[in-house]
Amino acid sequence: MLTFARASLAALLMVSVAGSSAFAADPAPLKIGMITTLSTAGGYLGEDMRDGFQLAIDEEHGKLGGVPVQVIVEDDGLKPANGKQIADKFLLQDKIQLFTGIIYSNVALAVVPSVVEAGAFYVSPNSGPSQLAGRGCNKNFFVVSWQNDTPHEATGQYAQYLGIKKMVVVAPNYTTGKDAIAGFKRTYHGQIAEEIYTALDQTDYSAELARIRAANADGIYYFLPGGLGINFLKQFTQAGLKKNMKVVLPEFSLENHVIGAVGNDAEELYGTAHWLEDLPYAANKKFVTDYRAKYHREPTPYASQGYDTAKLIASALRAVNGDISKADAFRAALRKADFKSTRGAFKFGPNQYPVQDWYSMKVVRDPKTKKLGIRGVGKIMRDTGDVYSGQCKLT
Amino acid sequence: MSLALEQVLNGLQFGAMIFLIAAGLTLVFGIMGVINLAHGSLYMLGAFVSASAAVHGAPFAVAVLAGAAAAGLAGIVMELVVIRRLYGRDHLDQVLATFALILIANDGVSVVWGKVPLPVDVPSALAGTVSLGGFIYPAYRLVLIAAGLLAALGLYLFIARTRLGMLIRAGATHRETVAALGVDIAQLNTVVFGLGALLAGIAGALLAPILAVQVGMGEQILILTFVAIVVGGLGSIRGAFVGALLVGLVDTLGRAYIPVLLKPVARPEIADSLGGGLSAVAIYVLMAVVLIWKPRGLFPAGSR
Repeated sequence: MLTFARASLAALLMVSVAGSSAFAADPAPLKIGMITTLSTAGGYLGEDMRDGFQLAIDEEHGKLGGVPVQVIVEDDGLKPANGKQIADKFLLQDKIQLFTGIIYSNVALAVVPSVVEAGAFYVSPNSGPSQLAGRGCNKNFFVVSWQNDTPHEATGQYAQYLGIKKMVVVAPNYTTGKDAIAGFKRTYHGQIAEEIYTALDQTDYSAELARIRAANADGIYYFLPGGLGINFLKQFTQAGLKKNMKVVLPEFSLENHVIGAVGNDAEELYGTAHWLEDLPYAANKKFVTDYRAKYHREPTPYASQGYDTAKLIASALRAVNGDISKADAFRAALRKADFKSTRGAFKFGPNQYPVQDWYSMKVVRDPKTKKLGIRGVGKIMRDTGDVYSGQCKLT
Repeated sequence: MSLALEQVLNGLQFGAMIFLIAAGLTLVFGIMGVINLAHGSLYMLGAFVSASAAVHGAPFAVAVLAGAAAAGLAGIVMELVVIRRLYGRDHLDQVLATFALILIANDGVSVVWGKVPLPVDVPSALAGTVSLGGFIYPAYRLVLIAAGLLAALGLYLFIARTRLGMLIRAGATHRETVAALGVDIAQLNTVVFGLGALLAGIAGALLAPILAVQVGMGEQILILTFVAIVVGGLGSIRGAFVGALLVGLVDTLGRAYIPVLLKPVARPEIADSLGGGLSAVAIYVLMAVVLIWKPRGLFPAGSR
């Protein structure tokens, strides 16, 4: 009986092995696993990223770098445990070897280590946590957006450049918020009049606004992504504080959706970004035009990151002719970053995080349409990587 | 001193808005015994409808009325279709069903309006600030305080002085007796539910100009609302009023003063982040203290 069981098990195994090799011979599309945040208040970030990514695939009529691809999208609901479950299903059940999509770093930190340990690739369109940038870097982990600290370093630099003497800084009381303020203070050397930490689910900021008024500063920086920042900015403006304070923001708090949601309160805001709608590069012009035409809404940094991520993957898929089982060749091709980024110059640092330029920007009213929009002002940092890359020993 | 006064006003304003939402929630619980998690969805609907009315050029007052009416109607439909089947059932069933309503409402709203937050400007007449002897205060927030207090007064008069209000009070404590006297309890329930929804809709519409009008905004405020009605005593309007103001004041004053008080005793970076953390739990400490002192809340339904 036992031998029979063994024999049938062996037969089953052989059939399944034969089966899988038969599938490999098929010109089935290459599966890309996209774990992203589509529900909750942060859902529109994932939506923009996904749509930007899809735009690059549509350009090639269902292919990336000439290789047919199938993107399987799952919503993590902003919960690390969900993200991990989806990743396990993608790895074991769907046999996916190429991952992307995560917006929030808490989800990324739950997912990325198990994905890269399984030998699969993860190309990040948004989250760039410090834990995976220094000693924790991995040869199969690539970040197309930025290291999480850098947007805030750029903003600090700009506040410094604008000559603001005394700043109030505001962030939610959790790891990413504290990292943001640390990043800001790394490049801003004026006086910090008040450092305010808020709750992540806070809607009313009146108490903080009274503290800000009492601090008597001439500038404010806040890292309050998505809806938090919209709430804050509306209440800040109504409190009449904008008259005496320059508002200098990282790109998360100053993108087209935020401007759309706060209306006229967006006037006279300053900020920094790694990508701008009006950057004069051919790749960017094409992206902005096509994105508006297809989705009937204004592009955001998240959309451009999704698009750039797809373009990077396309360049590497072309180099290995779609065969990502040649992991070394695929990795080398990704590392080359041989694609035209919407943001201009792009290369990877030693930890496979970006080295890129950062732009300063301002919200201005278009003289013709009377609508508020973001305009680039200049470059605030050039060829900038991150402070953790020195600790990464990849080669 | 003026800063303290300003913070007290901030707390009152926050509390007044929590009360508008809490009133409906506590009525529905007190009279029908239903825990309605989807109450925040009605608040969200009020915000969205008034935001889109404003986008289409409606004056502010009309937009608020539209939001309130939409939430009220949605509440009545919700009662007739779903909640009605939950009376007398286990609280767990109610939580499950109304949680499903949250998911449906969130997805429904994102299908209709999209995931991107909607823009609402403060009406220009109220957009400025007023000087209140020593400090300046946003005019719109004064309007919110007034609106919240007016709603509380109106609700008090309605419950205490009208026939329908009397039935509602009676229904909260002596449900069977009221039914035996020939009052159509089912109809009374629908009216109460609609009224609660209407108040939540008003809160959503009034807060739309100072908040991000987006999917999921209902759940953010729902937790505070539950804390307010637990502190005040389930099922009691007076309790909801006191509870909401207490929660508003404790939350606001906590955020304003805990970090400041910690400054002299801790290093600045620790004081700031510890202060942020402590003020976030201040209302839960309040709730715990009240429950130890009065396990049924400050003014439980039916108490004298």
